[in-house]
Amino acid sequence: MDQEGIYQQQVMDRARAPVHAGLPEGATHEGTGVNPMCGDQVRVGLVLDGQGRVARIGHRTRGCAICVASADLMAELALGCDGGELKAVSAAFDRMVRDGGAAPRDELAVFAPLRRHRSRIRCATLPWSALETALADGRQRATDESKDG
Amino acid sequence: MDLSPVVMTDPIDALRGLRDDFPILNETVHGKALVFLDSAASAQKPVQVIDAMAGAMRTQYANIHRGLHWMSERTTEAYEGVRDQVAGLIGAPSREEIIFTRNSTEAINLVAHSFGSLMRPGQAVVISEMEHHANLVPWQMLRDRTGIELRVAPISDDGDLELDALGRLLEDGRVALVAVTHMSNVLGSVTPARRIADMAHDAGARVLFDGSQMVVHRKVDVQAIGADFYAFTGHKLYGPSGIGVLWGRRALLDEMPPFMGGGEMISEVRFEGSRWAAVPHKFEAGTPAIVETIGLGAAISYIEAVGYDAIAAHEAALVSHALERLGDVPGLRVVGRPADRGGVISFVMKDAHPHDIATLLDRSGIAVRAGHHCAEPLMRRLGLSATARASFGLYTTREEVDMLATALEQIRSFFI
Repeated sequence: MDQEGIYQQQVMDRARAPVHAGLPEGATHEGTGVNPMCGDQVRVGLVLDGQGRVARIGHRTRGCAICVASADLMAELALGCDGGELKAVSAAFDRMVRDGGAAPRDELAVFAPLRRHRSRIRCATLPWSALETALADGRQRATDESKDG
Repeated sequence: MDLSPVVMTDPIDALRGLRDDFPILNETVHGKALVFLDSAASAQKPVQVIDAMAGAMRTQYANIHRGLHWMSERTTEAYEGVRDQVAGLIGAPSREEIIFTRNSTEAINLVAHSFGSLMRPGQAVVISEMEHHANLVPWQMLRDRTGIELRVAPISDDGDLELDALGRLLEDGRVALVAVTHMSNVLGSVTPARRIADMAHDAGARVLFDGSQMVVHRKVDVQAIGADFYAFTGHKLYGPSGIGVLWGRRALLDEMPPFMGGGEMISEVRFEGSRWAAVPHKFEAGTPAIVETIGLGAAISYIEAVGYDAIAAHEAALVSHALERLGDVPGLRVVGRPADRGGVISFVMKDAHPHDIATLLDRSGIAVRAGHHCAEPLMRRLGLSATARASFGLYTTREEVDMLATALEQIRSFFI
């Protein structure tokens, strides 16, 4: 099927069986991204360690294949990173899918063909918006609240 | 337009010759012939509409209602002639009851502001669960502004308006207006307009129908269905965007205050105060969409030449064929099975998100819409976040429906 490279095997594998689905227990930070155009929603939960690095992360995504795969790869790459590094990756990822910039991490290059599908760019960037919201969210989450995912 | 050279019995094939009138259908998308199945969002335009608009700008353009020169008078005649055409199209008893707006959204907002300003706290407006945002948000805004109540009539799982429940919402006699779609842009449901109007009137309420989808597919007679207001837009009716219509009963329109103030809606202006022009001009402030209105007139001429009997038969045969073909696609579920439906079919597919479906169909040259279709509350009612939607125009062919079904089968195997 002609799909111009936007549904590469890695994307489809992640979409079918996301490795980081579900919010982590005891999440210290949470963020949600919603695309009002389609109703897709990504919820990201984080646990930061003493150095402000991501110790645990998970997502709960209701969305298309691109969105689910992007959320899952994002979660994988976020492990061990601090907020500043993640903001930089997010910005570079945004430039890659919008303007054809370089992939900030090799794994994210599978989303580069989205540049030719403007209407789908938001599907890939939505998880990153949710992550940024989570990083900005300093609230301590009650354990029982974080378990609902 | 060429309808007569061959006598055909298949109502789908009967309109095949019309495709030559739509230049865009010769375009290719990603190297494939365009299959345009997104007419419910906006229909393609026949050359007759394109030429009428270009011709107006080339040879007879001027502002209307204010020039004393020949060009203005000629353009005014053309513009006002479309008002007569619209009145004829929907069976309005008087041309003065036709108000030009930008689109059906503006037409509904006009009623919400103007008729709504006559409502008092304690009164209510009834809408249905399958309204799109244009027939929901204006009433929420009115509620928040004036303290009226907004009631929502439920639909069945099949996508039909629950008339018994509607009746219960009308029982206390406090409903001033029932505002419902005449044909759902998501489910294709055609609502029983006459029955709804009778129920509303028996309860002392007025009734507004949002007819943007309906006028495309079926003959509408506002008097026969007992409407008090009827709204539709030009761009779904093979005309241009930027022009819509509100029809209202004269007595109501006379009673209602203006929607917007400015030129053309006044009869006298003094610093101390102003007096309003008679309808319809009371509701048409400022220079209107002159060229677009002329385009709408050309579109009405076009569909009237084709004939609603042929259009409705074409639609019915296409929908029947599409439901059969889509029913054969593994994992695909058509959303809603209304008793009476028009040429709009929403569907979801197991394991494939509507956006992925739409993107992959696009790679096959097939244009459909995916998302919530500006009907978020309906999506929640259906337990969905989005659907894919195929919608038909009078240029849609049986082969295009078959191509959709084949492409969906391929997409299904791609995702499982």
